[in-house]
Amino acid sequence: MSVMLETKNLGISFGGLKAVDGLSLSIEKGQLYGLIGPNGAGKTTAFNLLTGVYKPTMGNFFLDGEKLTGMSTIEINKKGVARTFQNIRLFKQMSVLDNVKVGLHNNFEYTAAEGIFRLPRHAKVEKQMNEKAIELLDVFGLAGEKDRLSSNLPYGKQRKLEIARALATSPKLLLLDEPAAGMNPQETQELMDTIRFVRDHFDMTILLIEHDMKLVAGICEEVTVLNFGTVLAQGETSSVLQNPEVVKAYLGD
Amino acid sequence: MKTLNTMNKTSKNNFITYGIVLAIFIFCAVYIETDMATFLFKGLMVPICVNVILAVSLNLTVGILGELSLGHAGFMCVGAFAGSFFSMMTQETLTSVWIRFPLAFIIGGLSAAFIGLLVGIPVLRLRGDYLAIVTLAFCEIIKNIMNNLYIAKDINGLHFAIGVGAYNEIEFDAASKQVLINGAMGITGTPNDSNYFWGFALIFITLIVILNLVNSRTGRAIMSIRDNRIAAESVGINITKHKLIAFVISAFFAGVAGVLYSHNLSSVIATKFDYNYSILVLVFVVLGGIGSMRGSVIAAIILTALPEFLRDIGNLSDYRMLIYAILLIAMMLINNNDYLHQMTQGVLGKFRLGKKSKKNEQEGVS
Repeated sequence: MSVMLETKNLGISFGGLKAVDGLSLSIEKGQLYGLIGPNGAGKTTAFNLLTGVYKPTMGNFFLDGEKLTGMSTIEINKKGVARTFQNIRLFKQMSVLDNVKVGLHNNFEYTAAEGIFRLPRHAKVEKQMNEKAIELLDVFGLAGEKDRLSSNLPYGKQRKLEIARALATSPKLLLLDEPAAGMNPQETQELMDTIRFVRDHFDMTILLIEHDMKLVAGICEEVTVLNFGTVLAQGETSSVLQNPEVVKAYLGD
Repeated sequence: MKTLNTMNKTSKNNFITYGIVLAIFIFCAVYIETDMATFLFKGLMVPICVNVILAVSLNLTVGILGELSLGHAGFMCVGAFAGSFFSMMTQETLTSVWIRFPLAFIIGGLSAAFIGLLVGIPVLRLRGDYLAIVTLAFCEIIKNIMNNLYIAKDINGLHFAIGVGAYNEIEFDAASKQVLINGAMGITGTPNDSNYFWGFALIFITLIVILNLVNSRTGRAIMSIRDNRIAAESVGINITKHKLIAFVISAFFAGVAGVLYSHNLSSVIATKFDYNYSILVLVFVVLGGIGSMRGSVIAAIILTALPEFLRDIGNLSDYRMLIYAILLIAMMLINNNDYLHQMTQGVLGKFRLGKKSKKNEQEGVS
């Protein structure tokens, strides 16, 4: 199996504070990988490094063997990294369908002038975009609500729409930031099925941050535990979660 | 009717907007051509068209891109002077108004768009209040430059000067001297080409371009920046490029409106394009509904016509601006009143329900 994402000694410091310090991990293609740790451990900061929101002050990271360190968010997305956000960031005043079509933006091509003057390519490409977007929405059971305003969707569906939008950019690696936050046990169960389905159906590599240990234990094959920005433990999920150091970091002494 | 049903909601909405403008145009054409219109009514046609174009184009920046711009009159000023200057220069050579006037629109629009590009590149890095302050300053700068710009031609060619002192030092060939732009006096002698026909044609072009843009791949990208910049970046939307597209197109149509304005009266002066005019256009946009092109059209028409017609109604003329202010406040309250909003939605809903149940019978329940 080939390595999809590899980080080598990745880190960033804000002034004197080392938010992430020497994160090294390697995720294989098609793997479901968990990134866990107590609040303030630097998990979301690590995501922001991997998506170019912050530029790392040390180390490098590679996607499919290609070095992405220092690239902008847009370039990194074009290379194949898509993400969702801890606090949902949908395009609230746009319809469900349009949200996904924004995700498809770079996969389909016609110029602004072709759109303004309604040249033939506009109709053709729009039709393809619609079909592709509805196909994606169908996977998440959202096709029936394509014309609704995205902000009017119930919480669980908003999470799913965000994943659909990320997948629309046809990434190689999907980063999910606390996908189960604020969900009840039943919704979480449903989400686990969805994540597994996405992995199998799209042949996707997924890295997720999560606090819900049931979800992590249920779907992640490997995990990395962060604490105060440094790696506390790394390896197979079941053995890491029983590691006394990890239990101590979560529950205190 | 059948085609209307198969169309999606946005294109249906757009066609209603075009329909409203077309209806107003037909009404005005009949009213004017049958000689029933008063002098005041005829005189108001072009200013109304100018304001509609300004409001719709500003709505692209404010409502679709989500950035506050207070310098729309500045772009209009650039367009007005560029278009007028072109018409003055070519008045003798291009006698056909059907060629000269469209060219003036294109030149005025492109000049404004070019200035919009120059301003937009640094300014669109700013957000919120800062953008408003910079565009406001830009508007004042353009106004003052135009106020002090002198261009004259004689047998030796064109002469430019900034400030009256520099202008007086130029030695002209007295016999062939012709002043084109005369500082604070602006341009005089622009051909009066504007009429309501050109005005409505331009409104249509503006609406078609902007509504088509909004409902395209580019438009969705622009709106995604408005709704959530960070998320837009995360799905690979080029923020600066799309902000610039919206801003430049907005400036282009402000320039076109300026050309229409400057060819209405035979003189154009820079002081007209001040801060107040920018705010006036913003008022149209806000009261018409941010992001709603149809609202901008209607608000611009009502708020341009009303103060002039109030002037005509006997005793009311003294309280003209008072009534105008009360109307503004009333529109604001009505726009934001939940109870009224629900009531109108309820009434409209009943109409729609009737239609829908028929439709469902034909197609089965969706």
